[in-house]
Amino acid sequence: MNDRPAALVTGASRGLGQALALRLAERGHPVVLVARADEPLQDVVTRIRARGGRLAHAVVGDLGRPDDARSIAAQATALVGRVGLLVHNASSLGPLPMPALADTRPEDLLAVLEVNLLGPFRLTRALLGGLALGQGGTIVHISSDAAVEAYPGWGAYAVSKAALDHLSRVWAAELGESGVRVLSVDPGEMDTRMHADAVPDADRWALADPDVVARRILALLEDSVGAPSGARLIAAQWSADGEVTA
Amino acid sequence: MSGPWTAADGPRGVAQQRLLVVDPTAEMAFETRARALPELLRARDLVVVNDAATLPASLRVCTGSGRMHELRVATPGGPTGWWVVLLGEGDWRTPTERRPLPEMLDVDDAIALPDGTHAHVLERSPRSPRLLRIDWGRDDARVLALLFGHGRPIQYSYLKGDLRIEDVQTAFGVRPWAVEMPSASRPLDWAALRALRGRGVELATLTHAAGLSATGDDALDAQLPLPERYDLPARTVAAIERAHAGGARVLAVGTTVVRALEGNAATHGGRLRSGEGTTALVIGPGFVPRIASGLLSGVHEPGTSHHAVVRAFAPAALLEAAHQHAALRGFLVHEFGDATLVLPRERARLG
Repeated sequence: MNDRPAALVTGASRGLGQALALRLAERGHPVVLVARADEPLQDVVTRIRARGGRLAHAVVGDLGRPDDARSIAAQATALVGRVGLLVHNASSLGPLPMPALADTRPEDLLAVLEVNLLGPFRLTRALLGGLALGQGGTIVHISSDAAVEAYPGWGAYAVSKAALDHLSRVWAAELGESGVRVLSVDPGEMDTRMHADAVPDADRWALADPDVVARRILALLEDSVGAPSGARLIAAQWSADGEVTA
Repeated sequence: MSGPWTAADGPRGVAQQRLLVVDPTAEMAFETRARALPELLRARDLVVVNDAATLPASLRVCTGSGRMHELRVATPGGPTGWWVVLLGEGDWRTPTERRPLPEMLDVDDAIALPDGTHAHVLERSPRSPRLLRIDWGRDDARVLALLFGHGRPIQYSYLKGDLRIEDVQTAFGVRPWAVEMPSASRPLDWAALRALRGRGVELATLTHAAGLSATGDDALDAQLPLPERYDLPARTVAAIERAHAGGARVLAVGTTVVRALEGNAATHGGRLRSGEGTTALVIGPGFVPRIASGLLSGVHEPGTSHHAVVRAFAPAALLEAAHQHAALRGFLVHEFGDATLVLPRERARLG
């Protein structure tokens, strides 16, 4: 029998989102994968099924569009019954190459906030009835060290992630009595397309494999003492190796 | 609408809602603000809510002759096809009963959908030729994608403006089963739920596919509500059984919750059994509720089917006096109106 709660992962067609979806499915979680385009999502669903994952579903939606949160929540809930683990992973960097704040147009900042801040807020609201009415669950916000450090050129993204961190804390403070655990996780620098978009000349060998980071995140999810609700966590502080499944 | 009753003409939140409180035990009624609701309940009371989210259940479609129609989903899901109602052309500013008749469709006829694909008629209901069971040509998840991509919430002719999908959600609605808002839950925002929990009130959920309130066909409207799907979780059955065993009071939020609970009990010899089911139960005068002893609902004009459900929970004379007061005080009816609370009775007093 499968008693793992169903997980929903946004931005699941590549990078960390894909790695998290694959590892959650391997652990036995039914998984709903969300991204803007159907085809790459279907490729990941096919990979999960090829590895023996039984319950993986693709839902197309754009977190930057206000009405899509209800649509994503409705389709996901119809597919898996109840989402008990919500991973807000999808992010936008905004225009590339990333401009200095002085050159950032207000509408571009707004567009980044829509995807990185309001999208997760709306999606949590739309799924809250399955989490905070007694069933409990976990909400994970994927953050960045740009939320804490002020790097020139990362303005829109950094502002959105700092706000997301605080959104996570306030949700935790409000939902604590409802058995909902809310976390913010800094995954560290990873070898992903997003990182290549942001830093095209980075040394790829120095960047973490998103699958290793996904395993670290799964380890911290199991660690209710070391990763309590309301915390902002550094994924690198958890071991990936403890989480290799047979 | 005739008589002294006025409908709320746009979405209103709990802060604007008034509450008509009917207390059958004390044989009294009074008015307060909906915000005061948690103070009227006490530790160990059990509140059962409907956690259905509301679908954008209205689509503009085209029949084979080229005529435009409004298609309203009546019953979502089901193993083979969904029940839908066709309305003639025109928008929601025309009351449904004044809309032109829809084209009469036959089995296998195609209905052109807004995404360029077609649905097909599987069956015409014996209840009404407007009530059709259709095959969407895709699985249920893709039907939801079609509805959210192209549909709108069902609109009401008494409102001033268009309803958006956010306007028709309850605070905690999550399962996409309702085609119209389970609006009895409007006083229960998360602050109210938190206040209830703080008082030691227990909360439990079920899912009921709240159905169409009007179809534009008098004969079909007279048969509403149609049989509706529900899902009763085992944890909710356990919570209700604990409440009954301990003499605690059970409050149903909405006529949909009453239908699901009483319909379930009626088909299982008076006891609740968890799981999915369909209820065709119509609650009318003389019905004695076995599961819940109190009801939170909207304000319903005497004579409506919703009022008949309220009457199952309180003596007629007390309700009549309460509604006279509400009418004089300008209480608002319909989806975004004020609220009625019939306080639950002690289990021992049931009978």
